[in-house]
Amino acid sequence: MNLYYYASPATFYPLAGKLIPWFAGLAVVLGAIGLYISFFIAPTDFQQGEGYRIIFIHVPAAWMSMFIYLVMAFWSAIGLAFNTRLSFLIARALAPTGAMFTFIALWTGAFWGKPMWGTWWVWDARLTSELILLFLYVGYMALQAAIDAPRRADRAGALLNLVGVINIPIIYFSVKWWNTLHQGSSVSLTGAPSMAMIMLWGMLVMALAAWMYTIAVSLARSRILILERERQTEWARAQLEGQA
Amino acid sequence: MLRFLITVVRRDVLLAVRRRGDWLTAQFFFVMVVSMFPLGVGPEPSMLRVIGPGVVWVSALLACLLSLGRLYADDFRDGSLEQMLLSPYPNSLLALGKALAHWIINGIPLLLIAPVLGIQFGLPAEALLILVLSLAIGTPILSLLGGIGAALTLGLRGGGVLITLLILPLYVPVLIFGAGAVEGAMSGTGSEAHLSLLGAFLVMSLLIAPWISSLALKVSVE
Amino acid sequence: MLSVADLACERGERELFRNLAFELEKGQALLVRGGNGRGKTSLLRILSGLSSPTAGAVYWRGQPIEAVREQYGYDMAYIGHANAIKDDLTPLENLQFAAALRGRQFDSDQAVEALAQLGLSHCIELPARALSFGQRRRVALSGLMLAGALLWILDEPLTGLDIDGVAMVEKLIYSHIAAGGVAIMTTHQPLVLEGVIQISISVGG
Repeated sequence: MNLYYYASPATFYPLAGKLIPWFAGLAVVLGAIGLYISFFIAPTDFQQGEGYRIIFIHVPAAWMSMFIYLVMAFWSAIGLAFNTRLSFLIARALAPTGAMFTFIALWTGAFWGKPMWGTWWVWDARLTSELILLFLYVGYMALQAAIDAPRRADRAGALLNLVGVINIPIIYFSVKWWNTLHQGSSVSLTGAPSMAMIMLWGMLVMALAAWMYTIAVSLARSRILILERERQTEWARAQLEGQA
Repeated sequence: MLRFLITVVRRDVLLAVRRRGDWLTAQFFFVMVVSMFPLGVGPEPSMLRVIGPGVVWVSALLACLLSLGRLYADDFRDGSLEQMLLSPYPNSLLALGKALAHWIINGIPLLLIAPVLGIQFGLPAEALLILVLSLAIGTPILSLLGGIGAALTLGLRGGGVLITLLILPLYVPVLIFGAGAVEGAMSGTGSEAHLSLLGAFLVMSLLIAPWISSLALKVSVE
Repeated sequence: MLSVADLACERGERELFRNLAFELEKGQALLVRGGNGRGKTSLLRILSGLSSPTAGAVYWRGQPIEAVREQYGYDMAYIGHANAIKDDLTPLENLQFAAALRGRQFDSDQAVEALAQLGLSHCIELPARALSFGQRRRVALSGLMLAGALLWILDEPLTGLDIDGVAMVEKLIYSHIAAGGVAIMTTHQPLVLEGVIQISISVGG
């Protein structure tokens, strides 16, 4: 038994099925602990009041949104280099979750901005980069949706993903540069002036919960993608009949 | 190798000359989009001067994307692309030649039209010079990065809109550095930093984009 | 010259062929048979190097074609379903660019002669847009005479040609093989190549 063994969709499918409940369970437990810390243990901020508690959602979502894009790029690169179909499927399964976290980061950013800055949206460097990241996710998913041939969809998506990942640092740098030149808001969501240790812990636990959730959801999604791709093979037919 | 590159460029330029109508469409698109902005925001000269560089740059991005949709599509449809991919030369050279031809056909006219549009927006002479300079460095990047999108969306339904969706986010640094250079010249903070960053981005695109485009072509033609 | 081992191809979810193997020597022709959608074109595209097989490899002079891509580019000429003819160029210009893109020498007298040999001497100066489908096919095929390639891969070369055209192309292919060339073709129409060693394979069961 080695890693190559699980690189085949037919063996990965049951393995993923076994792993999903574990990751889902971890996500629920960690999420509960994280929420408890964020709402009951973490003290009220003397400057920002109770409203600041949204960072316990916002910051982990923003972290995950970027992290997932990197993980996708990793699997895309592996797929292109070693021609493994499963890698492309994992990248593809991760994309909607990544886009969701990006959207949550933007949404909570807007909610945070209203009481703090008195406006729903500021062209803050981080929020702007996050918006462009959302565009990158949308582009990736739109390209995959437009291509019917699975082999081409996999590879084209992977290439776009890699171009995006090369570009992200440049985009981030350029947006930051643009932001400082235009003297936009210098208040940043993460750089809260008095970050207590317990707040950091709350964010970390929430990020871990988000991570476990991502793994569980994308494993489930890749199982569906595998069945869809392999539906003409013996084992996939047996699976589908077993479920019906 | 160089002869092959020149042939690719010469062929595309000749085809564009024989089909001037298609070529003019993209140029007029650029002029029209830019002219819509004063109608939308009002003719206040001070306001126009502020938004001018950004408007010209955004319109340049859109005009570029409009013509990029056909970079490989015609050759793909009539089978010439297959022949070019089978050539003994590296496919990245083909992608470089195609991007270069696109820049000559669509980028250079933008450089020539842009100052006239800049005058409409009341940009001072020095800013006009920087506008042309920033476009001269920036538009080749648009052609190079856009080539990747054109190759990825080859033969797909709704390829024109799709390429915009894929490539526009990648154009963000070009827009920021390009429009920033012109604003820098106007506000007196200088534009050298912007232009050199744009130059660095151009060098990087030259090194990477043709290679990725060639991989994308292979994927799409298969 | 050209050999194929253990070749397999899938399109979408369908397996088109597998364990395909053959070997071609100088002066031989290969006819690929099979009904519509059985993978003839897919096979030809794999042999030309445009697509990659799901399994197996194509060898040119004993080397995998990806390893000798440059040499294979000079030695092989491919004509697919599409003629690769630009509407806005004249037949002569089309041939000239085709030669330059494939890194070949171009002699315009020779090109005029090639076009004449396929019965196109009266439309050398016309833009290709004015030509009929069969005439465009002839322009594409006349490029073969200028290519100097050892291996011809032709996907349905006779499509759209009239009786005269078919006879001309048969003669063209015949003289190529007689001169020691190799040809791989698919065709629905009967192709008469007397005295040529023909191998035929069928794909897709």
